[in-house]
Amino acid sequence: MAIIDLANPTRFLRLVDRVLPWLAAATVLAFAFGIVQAMNAPDDYQQGATVKIMFLHVPSAWLGMMGWTLMSAAALGTLVWRHPLADVAGKAAAPLGACFTFICLVTGSLWGRPTWGTYWVWDARLTSMLVLLLLYLGVIALYWTAEDPNRGSRAAAVLTLVGALNLPIIKFSVDWWNTLHQPASILRMGGSAIDKSILIPLLVMTLAFTLLFFTLHLAAMRNEILRRRVRTMQMMQAQTLAEAT
Amino acid sequence: MSLGPHADFIIASYAVTAFVIAAMIAWVVLDHVSLKRVLGDLEEQGVTRRSRKGGA
Repeated sequence: MAIIDLANPTRFLRLVDRVLPWLAAATVLAFAFGIVQAMNAPDDYQQGATVKIMFLHVPSAWLGMMGWTLMSAAALGTLVWRHPLADVAGKAAAPLGACFTFICLVTGSLWGRPTWGTYWVWDARLTSMLVLLLLYLGVIALYWTAEDPNRGSRAAAVLTLVGALNLPIIKFSVDWWNTLHQPASILRMGGSAIDKSILIPLLVMTLAFTLLFFTLHLAAMRNEILRRRVRTMQMMQAQTLAEAT
Repeated sequence: MSLGPHADFIIASYAVTAFVIAAMIAWVVLDHVSLKRVLGDLEEQGVTRRSRKGGA
């Protein structure tokens, strides 16, 4: 099957039906392995056992940003190429990205209290992540409340592309400003600053969270295609009834 | 495995994450079941998409 064939929603649905069970099984396995690794990871010499919160916080932060990156690519597909699945992909990713950003903020806050002595500070990294959550909520509102779905989709795509400016701000906030949040410790020049005993469970959990995201995203895209079919059929039914009376 | 003096914060983090993930899974599954039911009802009433009428 050529990649262009997936532009056809019916073919895409067939592919999702085939892939989804395997993806779900891989997600469960990765989580089972990751949680065992996370629970058996040693305490950090500074953070103590609270380092276990990092196994949730870091993957959800990554997915909050990856979700918006995916939505930005979908927004380009909607506005420039009018790809039939681009809008579906963007709409399906928004609630998932918002949930992972929410997990990132809550777990970060629960980690911050014992480590920093506070649940929240208005530093650049934390504030830019909160802005990301608010942007997600804005896009979700545009998708779900617009009377005309096409206009809602275009408005959401524009907001998504404008909001993409926040992504480099989140990433480099710890370099550009003096923040309480620590600088990058995994992806950085000179290699990771984290010991293998913690890095490996962290990477396994990141893989598990990423698999979960794509499993839920494909399932949510399938739902969105079905929702559009329902809408089309309900409009046809209403038209037929109107013509009959 | 000991969670140390900050066990409450660690347990709360895992509980919140598990709850949000469970909510996402429930949303996707229940939405799918509901949409399939509505589609089935519409098809039973004889409503067919144009692409289906063409035999595609």
